[in-house]
Amino acid sequence: MTAQQVIIIVSALGGIIGGMGMGGGTLLIPLLTLAAGIDQHLAQSINLIAFIPMSVVAICIHKKNGYVTFGKSVHIVALAVIGAVGGSFLAKYSGGYVLRACYGAFLIALGVYQMVKAIITAVKNKKAKNAVILNKKRTV
Amino acid sequence: MNSKAKSTLILGGSVAVGFVSGFFGGGGGMLAVPLLQLSGLDAKRAHATALFVILPICVISAAIYISNGYFDAQAVLCACIGVVLGGIVGAALLNKLNPTAISLIFALLMIAIGIKLVIV
Repeated sequence: MTAQQVIIIVSALGGIIGGMGMGGGTLLIPLLTLAAGIDQHLAQSINLIAFIPMSVVAICIHKKNGYVTFGKSVHIVALAVIGAVGGSFLAKYSGGYVLRACYGAFLIALGVYQMVKAIITAVKNKKAKNAVILNKKRTV
Repeated sequence: MNSKAKSTLILGGSVAVGFVSGFFGGGGGMLAVPLLQLSGLDAKRAHATALFVILPICVISAAIYISNGYFDAQAVLCACIGVVLGGIVGAALLNKLNPTAISLIFALLMIAIGIKLVIV
């Protein structure tokens, strides 16, 4: 398999996760470094660029459906841009391993957060379901 | 939470979303969603608006990465093709799978890959 084919396959995996709305980019970067052997900095750059066309399309669709709230997000965007400039320059001065290890720690934190969130949602849904069943029994 | 603490958290969180996206080249969206929910948006709007928050960050960060020499046209093209194709499949699969199960699998995958990145 050529390097290009490997990149297309791992990117498609990242895209599938992203398409399900679960931050495909967070997994695309390690997939590119671990499976396609791409340098950490370049993998991050690829992820940033690949996100642009996909998000433009997604924003247009969400905007049409009225889900994008510009008013409450303008100040967040302004501050986030300042953080992004700082982060991007700092990445240049961090070695590949440091960046990779920090990214690993970040992924573990996100994974634990995601897991706790999923479990809480599942428990809530189950409770709601049980309440509905209980109500039905009462009415019968 | 009182309103002062909340607005401080939102302001600090906004800088953090940008910093994380710039430093790690992604992942800011996962922080932007809870931040927008804290600003008073419901989950669906927070997810959609997070994309709007992340897009300008990605454009600026990508420009800085490219100007620092981290660019490979062929790899970028391959990745874009893959991401778009995968994205269509993922969006189509979304309503057919159990969201809790996917979230848990995704979380375990993140933890496993995270451990691998730290120790290797």
